Amino acid sequence: MLGTEFTLRRNAMAHVVIKNLAKEFINRRQKHRLGDDTDVGFGDNVLVLDNINLEFFEGEMVCILGPSGCGKSTLLRIIAGFEPVFSGQILINGKQNGGPCSDNIFVFQHSALMPWMTVWENVGLGLRRLKDKELKKEKIQEFVAMVELEGFEHHYPRQLSGGMQRRAELARALAVNPDMLIMDEPFSGLDFLTHMKMREEVVNMHEYICKTTLIVTHDIDDALIMGDRIVVMSGRPSIVKLERKLDFPHPRNFEKEPDLSKLRDEVFLMLGVSYAV
Amino acid sequence: MKASKSPSLLALLAFGFIFLLWQLAARYSGWSAQVFPGPIKVLTAMGELISNGTLLKHSVASLFRVTAGFYLAILFGIPLGIVLGRLRIARQFLNPIIQFLRPISPLAWIPLAMLWFGIGDKPAVFLIFLSSFFPLVVSTAIAANSIDPTFFQVASNFNFSRIEVVTKIVVPGMLPDVVTALRITITIAWLVVVAAEMIAVQSGLGYLILDSRNALRMDYVMDAMIVIGIIGLLLDHIMRRLGRIDSVCWGPNSH
Repeated sequence: MLGTEFTLRRNAMAHVVIKNLAKEFINRRQKHRLGDDTDVGFGDNVLVLDNINLEFFEGEMVCILGPSGCGKSTLLRIIAGFEPVFSGQILINGKQNGGPCSDNIFVFQHSALMPWMTVWENVGLGLRRLKDKELKKEKIQEFVAMVELEGFEHHYPRQLSGGMQRRAELARALAVNPDMLIMDEPFSGLDFLTHMKMREEVVNMHEYICKTTLIVTHDIDDALIMGDRIVVMSGRPSIVKLERKLDFPHPRNFEKEPDLSKLRDEVFLMLGVSYAV
Repeated sequence: MKASKSPSLLALLAFGFIFLLWQLAARYSGWSAQVFPGPIKVLTAMGELISNGTLLKHSVASLFRVTAGFYLAILFGIPLGIVLGRLRIARQFLNPIIQFLRPISPLAWIPLAMLWFGIGDKPAVFLIFLSSFFPLVVSTAIAANSIDPTFFQVASNFNFSRIEVVTKIVVPGMLPDVVTALRITITIAWLVVVAAEMIAVQSGLGYLILDSRNALRMDYVMDAMIVIGIIGLLLDHIMRRLGRIDSVCWGPNSH
């Protein structure tokens, strides 16, 4: 249904289909305290996601917005296979999601580089099964160069700045040649300039490799500048409030695109903030 | 330069102060020089012990026992610690037993050790093994259990096999904590070897102390004590160096 209204630049095949997805968190601690003889439905379970229907298309970059604690990260973790589905269905390339695998690489909110491995070893994680040593070396070099970390190959993550750590993680993710990148607040904790630069790099990277990319963010500008499409979710229990295709050429600019600017105001209002304070 | 030099200078000063205090105490305590020898007497005695090779022989014997017991403890303790740290069912099954055996002093095992292993190196090695095994198991289990779960998610994301999870995540992930545990444990092992050597063997620094006491040579007793201190310091130093290896010291609290 939703797919028809999009005029997609890229291959219009649905990569991920989410049908009637709901997710409840069971509050174990409360259950223990209350014992088994209390009434069912005393609020011991929290409904996080409620009846989510979404489709992500091949090669598309979708930014998912929502108030904090609304379950947008949970949605990503379910897609990546880290969390079980509670009810509903997730199909990836038409198949049931069978747990985490290297087709869908998750980029964590805080750097998840192995601190005991150098940049070189981290980027090579997904290439460790490669028999051809020369090819492996070449590939690692290629991805290290892609994120401009030449000269830092033998540094440990703790010796890198926050931005460099994120870039190294991006290189590690891309080196596996995944079908999809799943990024959970990829710019959180970065300073303003690094944030802007990383945003640009992710957009360029996406233009270049055209992989399905899902990004959860709380930064409305990030979503509007980067996304081919945005999805806005409501507070808990979360439902999809708005889906909008963004047909604006890169690089985007709010001053030059009044429609984008208008959409920003709309989203701000939707999230309960008046932008014109 | 200045900052790194002044602590060792202060340490030297402290030793000098102790030396002086010792001399004064020996001089004015009222005990005879045989009961409470002063530092000069003790150092001359040490010269004798070094030149006739006694000290070296006993030190090597003690170090051998500690090394053997300690390696055995590592060999069994660390794998068991990993299993306890990573498998809830193993933890629920074995943890009560380990927590029950842990507070029993290794010295309480002396009668059994002698009965089981007779006289010689074996009971001493067994006691040292016991003294290091339990602390190692417990700290390894805690270290393996407290690895950031994110890394295991990364591992599953990158299709790690079970063996790869252990070799690439668990072992390097717990290494900083385990090295700290080794440092503490070798100190305990070194404490126990002296006691163990007082019961079942004819060599080692513990035996030297016992033998010298029987001969009423308190200067030799003190020599053995000094050597025990020095070797303990060296062992700790070696362990600390281990923690400075680059792929080991990634941890937040090691610098």
